[in-house]
Amino acid sequence: MIRSQRWKGAAFTVPFQLGFVFLYLIPIGYAVYESLFVEHQSGLGLGGSTQKFSGLDNYQQGLTDSAFMNSVLRVVLFACVQLPVMLLISLLLALFLDALSSKAAGRFRIFLLVPYMIPGVVAAIVWINLYSPDVGPLTPLGKVFGLSWNFFAPSMVWPSIGNLLTWHGIGYNMVIIYAALQGVPRDLFEAARLDGASEFRVATSIKIPYVRGALVLTGMLSIIQMLQIFNEPALFRNVTPQTVNDSFTPIMIIYNQAFNAGNYHYAAALSVLLALILGLASFLFYRLTAKEAD
Amino acid sequence: MTLIEERRNAHQVRRLNKPDPAARSRGGQRFLLVGLVLASAYSLFPVWWLIVAATKNRTGLYQSNGLWFSGMHLWANVRQVFTYENGIFLRWTANSFLYAGVGSLGGTLIALATGYGLARFEFPGRSAVFACVVGSFLIPIALLTLPLYLMFSKIGLVDTPWAMLIPCLINPFSVYLAKVYTEATVPFELLEAARLDGAGELRIFFSIVLRMMTTGGATVFLLAFVNTWNAFFLPLTVLRGEENWTLNIGLYNWSGKRLESGVDLTSLVLTGALLSIVPMAVMMVAMRRYWRTGVTLGALK
Repeated sequence: MIRSQRWKGAAFTVPFQLGFVFLYLIPIGYAVYESLFVEHQSGLGLGGSTQKFSGLDNYQQGLTDSAFMNSVLRVVLFACVQLPVMLLISLLLALFLDALSSKAAGRFRIFLLVPYMIPGVVAAIVWINLYSPDVGPLTPLGKVFGLSWNFFAPSMVWPSIGNLLTWHGIGYNMVIIYAALQGVPRDLFEAARLDGASEFRVATSIKIPYVRGALVLTGMLSIIQMLQIFNEPALFRNVTPQTVNDSFTPIMIIYNQAFNAGNYHYAAALSVLLALILGLASFLFYRLTAKEAD
Repeated sequence: MTLIEERRNAHQVRRLNKPDPAARSRGGQRFLLVGLVLASAYSLFPVWWLIVAATKNRTGLYQSNGLWFSGMHLWANVRQVFTYENGIFLRWTANSFLYAGVGSLGGTLIALATGYGLARFEFPGRSAVFACVVGSFLIPIALLTLPLYLMFSKIGLVDTPWAMLIPCLINPFSVYLAKVYTEATVPFELLEAARLDGAGELRIFFSIVLRMMTTGGATVFLLAFVNTWNAFFLPLTVLRGEENWTLNIGLYNWSGKRLESGVDLTSLVLTGALLSIVPMAVMMVAMRRYWRTGVTLGALK
């Protein structure tokens, strides 16, 4: 490629590069910088406050902050239950669709994708009202079966949120897995069937290994999203603030520290910590799934 | 239809589909259909409930069977949503369209140019730019949004539409998609031919590449639009006054009113929620050709 042409090519990416510097790199640098300071109130806070360099104190505080570490643990545990359930259901539905004629599959696929078209906040509003003992149909339905479930009870909040996320996520994950399944060479199945393999065997030995890559990828994206869960608990907090307190998830703690407690430096340190935890989780997940493949 | 049922369902599949070549034809097919019908019912019933709830007045909402109609008050509800507090809901709707529309349009143009540059040119630092694109998928929103809030408040952008529009211009995922699409649709030979004919690089981009990338560009735009429309953390952080809010933030605020000040807006929230789905649904259905390929391509490449 001619030299001048190279630079013209680079020029196409300049707006993005500039934007990336101002909207990604500088803010991250700024957050890291801020995280190294503490606010010092003089007197009773009447004399204003001054910033003081504190090194890694904020990080030390974050790592020993039981509310923060508990919230991380809470979402990790939740992810360990909800993600496999959701991915398994999505995989099954994709396998089901794959076994149907393409016309029937198309119709079901649209039905199953409806939840994906609904914004996350609206989905949460709908389910919160479905769970609501006042207006929701689920409470009277429970009574019919002699169940008096309370979806907002401390032991039920995570299952309630889990069901909401599963409902919202199945369609999207199913489409991705289904698309990967469509890429499997059809003659592979025919060959296996001629050799006497059952449909179940075809699914487990050919189809599922073939869509592994898609599963790993959707799993990875879901983990990253899950550790940052904020919208759903925030909306649940609107109706049941006793159960969903303000330190329910890591991002809720960060938001609170920054905007309600006014402790921006600490919030910055916690968001850097969360980024490191995210990186570590993605790395572990990648290693784990890559190893299994060998 | 609960999660438990879904899981039980999943369990049965494994049992019934055990190696039994004879059972695979009819019974198997019927079983698949039952599973899919149940899953479809699970997917659709909350939406059905929302539609039904939006047609009810307060008494109907609290006292009648949630899954069936009781009186037709949809228009009264819609009117109430749009007139509540001097029609603030309309303002939120317009804001959502503004942020998602203009932000995504700008973001898509930048992404297409960047994707084209990355896919079809060799230049020093190219792999570094691409590494930034992919690496940014791992950055938690809080790590970006909080410092952005501080920076924007220093230059007086907080609580203005710019605070939403500017971050939308740079979308690494759009860039990633645009690069994938360019690789798939814009052949090197064509670019060479255009250069030999004396076309300048800018002209090639605007009159050849962009035209070839209509499908890819539409997908990138659609996904960015949906993303911005659905955004919650960023608008919650940078938009403080309610006249700049989006539909999501407004609905969130309304749904919290009951415990905060004792005003029960459930009926408004539900009708508003239904209304806020409409543009999304229309757009997705109208452009389904694009987003199907977009969703899958983005995930697989």
